Amino acid sequence: MAKITYLAHDGSKFEVDAENGSTVMENAIKNAVPGIEAECGGACACATCHVYVDDAWAEKTGAPEAMEEDMLDFAYDVQPTSRLSCQIKVTDELDGLVVRVPERQA
Amino acid sequence: MTENSSPVETDVVIVGAGPVGLFAVFELGLLDLKCHLIDILDRAGGQCAELYPEKPIYDIPAWPEISGQGLTDRLMEQIAPFDPVFHFNRMVAAVEKQEDGSFIVTTDEDEKIHAKVVVIAAGGGSFQPKRPPVPGIEAYEDQSVFYSVRRMEEFRGHDILIVGGGDSALDWTLSLQPIANSVTLLHRRDAFRAAPDSVNKMKALVENGEMSLQLGQVTGLNGDDGQVTSANIKTNEGELTQIACTRVLPFFGLTMKLGPIADWGLNLEENLIPVDTEKFATSEPGIYAIGDINTYPGKLKLILSGFHEAALMAHAAKKHIAPDERIVFQYTTSSTSLQKKLGV
Repeated sequence: MAKITYLAHDGSKFEVDAENGSTVMENAIKNAVPGIEAECGGACACATCHVYVDDAWAEKTGAPEAMEEDMLDFAYDVQPTSRLSCQIKVTDELDGLVVRVPERQA
Repeated sequence: MTENSSPVETDVVIVGAGPVGLFAVFELGLLDLKCHLIDILDRAGGQCAELYPEKPIYDIPAWPEISGQGLTDRLMEQIAPFDPVFHFNRMVAAVEKQEDGSFIVTTDEDEKIHAKVVVIAAGGGSFQPKRPPVPGIEAYEDQSVFYSVRRMEEFRGHDILIVGGGDSALDWTLSLQPIANSVTLLHRRDAFRAAPDSVNKMKALVENGEMSLQLGQVTGLNGDDGQVTSANIKTNEGELTQIACTRVLPFFGLTMKLGPIADWGLNLEENLIPVDTEKFATSEPGIYAIGDINTYPGKLKLILSGFHEAALMAHAAKKHIAPDERIVFQYTTSSTSLQKKLGV
C-alpha cells in the first residue's frame, strides 16, 4: 500500500491509496485524475499517461526501460524525470510518491 | 487495378482486419459468404498487431495466455479455408448504396468493390499518423507540415526539419537529404529506435557537414498563411533556440481515429456505432458493426464479445442477402456440410 499524490496541471491535488502491484496509471484512471488518458490501456504503446516524477522520488521510481524511452519520444515536453505512469509499479517504498501531470498528453 | 475497371464482386466487405474482422470471415464463410477485408495497416491483426504483438492476452476462451500476434496467426489459420481477400494499406473512402440495396465500396486508391453487405469491424478507428503536441501546428498541416511523404519532389530545394527518432524519421532523412537545400533531424535524445545502419549513415552525413542533428523538442512553429519559416526548439539543456525551415516532417507514431466512417451517414454516439444485439445492424440496412466500434446497452470492449457479435451478425447478414433461404443451424463438430467447407 502506498499513498500517491497526483498534482494536476491546474494545481488541483489528488491523494490516492494505491495497492502494491498496481500501476500509477491505473490508480489515476480509477480516481479520475484529469490529464491522464492512457489511450492504449497500459501496454506501453502510446504516450498518453506521461507524468513528471517529483525530483525527490525520481531515484526510487528509477529510470525508464528502453521501450518506455522509445514511447516518451512521442510525449509533450519531456523532462529529466518524465515517466509513463503505466510503467511505474506501486510498492511500499513508493509510499508518499508525488507525480505531476503535464500540460497536455501527446 | 485501373480507375475505370469494373468493381470486384463479393458478398461481404469487412472494414478492419483485426481479430473480430478476421473471425467474421469464419462465421460468414460457414454460411457460404465470401469476404474482402480492407485495412489501413500493412498486415492483419489490427491493434493486436500494431499495439501489442508481443503482449500476452489472458481472456481469450481456451487460451490461458496468447500474444496479440499469436492470436492473429491462429485466426489467419482458422479462416484460410474461406480464401478471404485482403486489401492492406487502404482506407475506405466511400460507401455508396445501389438501387438494389447492395453497396459499392471505394478505397482511397480508387479501387471499387461491389458487395451485398458491409461489416464495420474497425475497432478504435483507423491508425493514422499522430499529430505532435505542438500548439498551432494545425494551421500548417498539408501546406508546409506533412506527416508522410507522398511525392519526394515536393520537398526538393527546401529546408527540411524532420522530427523523430524511429525508422520513418531516419529513412526520410536519408532519402530527402540529397534533394533538399538543407536537412535537420531533431530528436529528443541521442538514441534512436531505427535500424543501426540508417543511424550510422545519418551520423556520417552529419560528420561531413551535409546535414545537422539537433537534440531537443519542438515547442512551436513560426510562419504565415500555412507556410512555416522556423521552428522553436527547446534543447536538452533547456536553452530556447530556432531552426529555420520551410518544410516540417514530424514522425510521432500512430493513433486511432474514426476517419471517414463518420461521413457515411450512420447514426453515431460519441464516435461509436449504435447497433441492436440481435443482428448488430446499424441505422443503414445492410451495414453491420461488430467489435470495439459498436455500442449497445451492456457493451464490453472485449475480443470475445466481438467474436460472439460476429456469429450473430453473420446469420443476420445471410438472412438479409437471401431472405427466402432457410438457414439450418449446424455445429462444426457434427455437420458434414460445414466440415466440407472447412476442408476437414
